[in-house]
Amino acid sequence: MNFPVILFFICGAIAVLGAILLIVAKEPIHSALSLILVMVSLAILYLLLGAEFIAAVQIIVYAGAIMVLFVFVIMLLNAGVEERTSFSKMAKYAGMPLAIFLLLEIAHWVWHASIGAKVANGAGAAGAAFSTRALSLELFQQYLFPFEATSILILIAILGALVLAKRSD
Amino acid sequence: MDFISNHAVLVVSLIKIAVLLFVVMTALAYLTWFERKVVARIQSRWGPYYVGAHGLLQPLADGLKFLFKEDLTPPMSDRFVYTLAPFLALSLALTALALIPFGPPDVTVFHQPVFVVSNSNIGLLFLFAITSIGVYGVALAGWSSNSKYPLLGGLRSSAQMISYEVSLTLSVVGVLLLAGSFSFNGIIERQGGNLGHWNVWPQIVGFLCYITAAVAETNRIPFDLPEAETELVAGFHTEYSSFKFAMFFMAEYANMLTVSCLATILFFGGWLSPFPASWTWQLYLPGAGLFALGIYCLYDTGTKLRGIAQLQMAVVTLLCLGGAVICLIPPVMPYVQGPFWFTTKVGAFIFFYVWLRGTLPRFRYDQLMSFGWKLLLPVSLANLVLTAFVILLVKR
Repeated sequence: MNFPVILFFICGAIAVLGAILLIVAKEPIHSALSLILVMVSLAILYLLLGAEFIAAVQIIVYAGAIMVLFVFVIMLLNAGVEERTSFSKMAKYAGMPLAIFLLLEIAHWVWHASIGAKVANGAGAAGAAFSTRALSLELFQQYLFPFEATSILILIAILGALVLAKRSD
Repeated sequence: MDFISNHAVLVVSLIKIAVLLFVVMTALAYLTWFERKVVARIQSRWGPYYVGAHGLLQPLADGLKFLFKEDLTPPMSDRFVYTLAPFLALSLALTALALIPFGPPDVTVFHQPVFVVSNSNIGLLFLFAITSIGVYGVALAGWSSNSKYPLLGGLRSSAQMISYEVSLTLSVVGVLLLAGSFSFNGIIERQGGNLGHWNVWPQIVGFLCYITAAVAETNRIPFDLPEAETELVAGFHTEYSSFKFAMFFMAEYANMLTVSCLATILFFGGWLSPFPASWTWQLYLPGAGLFALGIYCLYDTGTKLRGIAQLQMAVVTLLCLGGAVICLIPPVMPYVQGPFWFTTKVGAFIFFYVWLRGTLPRFRYDQLMSFGWKLLLPVSLANLVLTAFVILLVKR
């Protein structure tokens, strides 16, 4: 067991713990905080895989911008403690079997994938030089279509927000 | 010895972190002294004067006072988040400083650079990542106190930090376009030569946007709406007392230090000297500066002070003169150049901050928001587009 692998398991455990806390917590703010914990530990996992840029962007966009807005809205609405209801019929008969099936499938793939080796390999690649030029070339040549499609999606979302904000008068 | 050479990264990093923490904590304490002294001068007062010569022991006394005060937790507060918030604020503010290079990367021990804790090749992005989650400290403090004024302060400050972070990031992209690198050392080395090559000249608009957004981002006057005393008592930290309050206080100063370091690196050449390398007399400047300070302290000790203050000032004098002698030893001389220029430039920015505080009144909240979104954001966007066009034309 080398250092990156140990770190991988620690961060993975923290991410899973955060995800469970997110569902279990009663206060909305505690849920939001757990989600931030998940985001940050995911960022560290990206870092271990050698994806430095993705790791930084993960924190800036998700933890630093989107979750701040979540927390902001929760604070602004002063949302109280959540109410608990028991399982609906839908969740009981369709949701639970599907969830168990998904867990089994994930377990199957985790069993067959050698994650430890991949983390170790990725950590080796992290030392490679990083340039803005290489990143932009990939973004604007190889991945141009997904990039532009995402931009248009975001533009539509902005227009939607504008329309909703203007409708009151 | 075997252990050290086998785990050079670990051992050297831990030592660097310990030294950096010590230096930064001391610097933060004396920043409060500096700020009080300068503001006092601006307002024709003396400032701290009685604890130690020229109030030099005042930060120590303040620290002790904070330690021994009662630590109150409001009964209706959310205990866990209430305790988490100051820790989050301070630890994030201090983590950001780990990415700052205080000197050239070619000074090494066991092949590890001495003047930077983490020499990341996307340092700038990581710095933004860390400062972008810094807002949680303030927001959570406001929410968890379960009290009206802190909540309002926390809301205001989250809104302000989100708004100005956009302009802050956009104003820096111009520099990134010029440097073509996210690494601090890459950005600094591109500005080599003399002060004519600094990024501040081609990016003067970007710099003005940056410094405005940076003052707003650190919640300082004239943008200190989150803690406007006349409206919100003390804003998000109204309910905090004792050392938790001190942690917010230190976090604010650490953030101030970080944005000053960033301004120095991005626009003013970081640890580079403003003079061309052929002027060899500049090597004597750090020693000469300390020597001049020592002479002034000596004059002060001999003529103005009496009693215990005289003794304390004598110690300061000896420290200055000793430092000057060390800086003038020929083998040491090249190594103190980088840190000397870096701290000088950062010090100038800190003085600018304090000067602003002594000079400007506070904005109104709607003025703050319309200024950020309707003026600062378009200007920094226009600067970005213009810079990209010029670079494209020059490269063709």
